[in-house]
This record gives sequence, C-alpha cells and structure tokens, in this order.
Amino acid sequence: MKGVGAVFRRELASYFATPLATVFIVIFLFAMGAFTFYLGGFYDNGQASLAIFFSFHPWLYLFLIPAIAMRLWAEERKSGTLELLLTLPIPLNAAVVGKFLAAWVFAGIALALTFPMWITVNFLGSPDNGVILASYVGSWLMAGGYLAIGSAVSAGTNNQVIAFVVSVVISFLFTIAGAPLVMDTLSAILPLELQNTISSFSFLTHFNAIMAGVIDLRDLVFFGTLIAFFLYVTSVLIDLRKAG
Amino acid sequence: MAMIEIDGLAKNFGPVAAVRGVSLTVDKGEVLGFLGPNGAGKSTTMKMATGFLSPDAGAARICGFDVQVDPLAAHQKLGYLPEGAPAYGDMTPAGFLAFCAAVRGFKGDAAKAAVAAAVTRTELGHVLAQPIDTLSKGFKRRVGLAQAILHDPPVLIMDEPTDGLDPNQKHTVRALIREMSAEKAIIVSTHILEEVAAICTRAVIIDRGRIVADGRIEGGHISFATSDESGARGTIEADARDLDGIFRSLTRAAA
Repeated sequence: MKGVGAVFRRELASYFATPLATVFIVIFLFAMGAFTFYLGGFYDNGQASLAIFFSFHPWLYLFLIPAIAMRLWAEERKSGTLELLLTLPIPLNAAVVGKFLAAWVFAGIALALTFPMWITVNFLGSPDNGVILASYVGSWLMAGGYLAIGSAVSAGTNNQVIAFVVSVVISFLFTIAGAPLVMDTLSAILPLELQNTISSFSFLTHFNAIMAGVIDLRDLVFFGTLIAFFLYVTSVLIDLRKAG
Repeated sequence: MAMIEIDGLAKNFGPVAAVRGVSLTVDKGEVLGFLGPNGAGKSTTMKMATGFLSPDAGAARICGFDVQVDPLAAHQKLGYLPEGAPAYGDMTPAGFLAFCAAVRGFKGDAAKAAVAAAVTRTELGHVLAQPIDTLSKGFKRRVGLAQAILHDPPVLIMDEPTDGLDPNQKHTVRALIREMSAEKAIIVSTHILEEVAAICTRAVIIDRGRIVADGRIEGGHISFATSDESGARGTIEADARDLDGIFRSLTRAAA
C-alpha cells in the first residue's frame, strides 16, 4: 500500500527522537527482570526454561503496551498533525497500518532486548530453544493484539489518559477471559460451548498454547484476525471524526 | 475548468450551523483572500474544501477531483497549510520535509531537489537541523508553508499563512505568494486586511457561515457584489484602502 513505508519510517524514528524509547525500554527490561527473578522465583525453580519469564508477559503488556498505543492517534489529533496527515495523498488505511507497524516493531525491539535472559538459561542449562523461539514469536503476536486494541481506543479520543485507561480495561477483558479465576466461575453457570467461546477470545489461552512450543495455525489466525479487526475499527473511528 | 470548486458546502456542529451553503470557484491565476470575523466559518470551510472534514451538504472539487470521492487524486494536486501550521514537533524541518516528499512519491534526487527548493523559498536554511518544537512561531509557520509548496501544487489553500510572522517575514511570504500566483489557484485566509490589497486579486467576506461579499481587486480598486441575510443583493465600489470599513459594516451584526 502506497504511503505505509513513509509513515512507518517517520513514526518509528519519532520513538527514538524523544526519550520515550529509552524510558520505555529501560522500564520494560527492568520490569521483566524483576518479575521473573523476584516474583517468579526463577532460580528456585531449578529449571532451564523461560516459561516463568514468558508467563508474566501478558500482565506486563497489559500496562506497558497501552502506554505506547495511547499516543498513536490521540496525539495526532491534539497537535493538529492529523489534519496534515489526512490531507496528504495517502489512503487512511495506509496511515493506520504504518503507524501500527511502527509501534509493533518498536515493541519487538524492546522484546528482543530481553535476549540476556535467553543467554542466561543457555548458560545455566540446556533449555528447549525451539520452545523459547515459539514463545518469543507468540509474545510478539500478543503485543500486536494489545497494540491494535490500543490503536482503536486512541483513535476514539484526543485525550491520552482516557486512551490509556480504556485500553487497559479492554485489554484486561481480553486477557482474563481464559484465566482460571474467570473460567471456574463461569463453568458453574454457563454451558460448556459458551465457556469455550469466551476462553477462545482470551490472549492467555492462545499465548499459553504457543508457549507449549507449538505455533498452531489457530493461534496465528486468532491474533491476525484480532489485529486486522481492531485496525479496521481504528480507521472507522478516524473516518467518523471527519464528520465532526 | 475552475481549479477549486466549492459548491454549497454546509456544516453543523451539533446545534450550531458553522457554515451555511458556501459556494465559490477559483481559477488559475487568482489569489482569493478569505476574510471574516473569528468564528465566521473560514477554517471550517477550508477544512471541508481540503477534505479533512466531511460536509453535511455540498461538495468541493480540486482540479475536478471531489475531495470526498477521490481524495488521493485531489490531495495530490493540493498544498494545504492548516490552521496553526501543525507539524511533528519532535522532527527537524529536514526530516519533516523529507517525510512529506516521500509521502508525495518523490524519490532520491527528486526528493532532495523538491525539499531544497521549498527550503530556499521559505528561507529555512539555517534551522533545518533543529527540532520543530524548539523553533519560533515564525519558523514553524514557514515549515508549514514549505510543506505546502514542496510539490509545486496547482492549488494552494492556506489558513493564515502570515500569522505570527514579523514584518520582514510577512513581506517575504507575500512576495512568495505573488510570485507563485500566476500558475496556481490560491485561497488565503487572513485577518490582515492590508495583506488582501497587497496580494489578492479577489476578496470574499464570510459572516456567520455565509458569503456576504465577493469582489475583484484591480489596481487598488475593489468591486464587491454583496448579499445580506434576506438575500438582498447589492454592489460596493471602493478603494482597496477602505476594505477595513467595508469589512466592519458587513460583519458588524455578528459582534
């Protein structure tokens, strides 16, 4: 699509033009480490595996990804650059996709910088690196899911705080839909099929499946469809705003 | 064919009728000064003319392309300086203009040449490497101008291009507009009425969402065709220096 590349490059460069990239990446890595080693008891576990590390990803993304996503459109609208962007000869979809991809690649860079964890487990033992690779891919896909939700919410407001809070709430619903806490409660009142439907919308269900080491087509389709859907919602919301 | 065709544009914001049926056409070689008190609907009309806002009624065409139906073709022909000259503040003018060139399909040397020409015309040379956020209001405005003329568009729409500029910079921008006017159709909104006599070939006064006067300026003389709320038509012949008085008598009712 024409224009995606230009928007993508501009957007990605803008993360690194401000302290945003540094602050985000430092906090991301610090939080990942703190959760894994202290809360997760990585050493006590005595296993050469990154399962504990990855199990915290959904919960960290829940707060950190909306922090990246909240500015995607709310900031453009607030600063007036949206008017510029929408009167340049690029399709709205190209702008939506370009901005999303830049944020997704940025999240991917932060995720990739956790590689010392991977080196550590390989130094301490002999983990299944196939499982670790699959988990990294799964984690990045999941980050894309959270980002797409955040993009849609950001498109609906010019207030970044509102964008952040609403994104966290919606992301939370998508995360816990499959958590034991929810499923145990639901299992008492809902028929099995409905339970399965709800749990199939959960990031946890799909991420846990990938963390087991198998990237199933269903999980790819789930995250792919979710991202496409929320990007579509993003462009609909921006288009609606044109009506004033 | 007129290069800018605005046909019965109307826009309501909730209960407020911001623009009520504005129609005008601008041909090549014309510089139209778009005047009106604050809140008269100037910016809203321009936002609809450029396709950023969708109108409740009416249509706008740029070089024959409807901005709502075929926005990409219309935007290719359009240079637009939005109200307040927004730009990405964390970028440098060099980076920002390179982005605009890339989006407009310029590649390699052609992109460099387009950026260099726009930079020369707007005299941005020595601030190219500073983040736009750190620039003065006048420079920010010129970055917006550079962006608008980068691709040498046949149609230019500028919302207060000289706002915030010092007298020297105003002079430069006016000279730039005059210099480009022969080959383009230009709409300029402004609150500075002397500017209209200096650079425009035509003046349109808008009040409470409708056009109240539309006139040609030739050799320091203005011939206005007016139309009031009730639809009664009239004409005003005056010296361009009296534009201030005409403006106030036509729009005073709103104050």
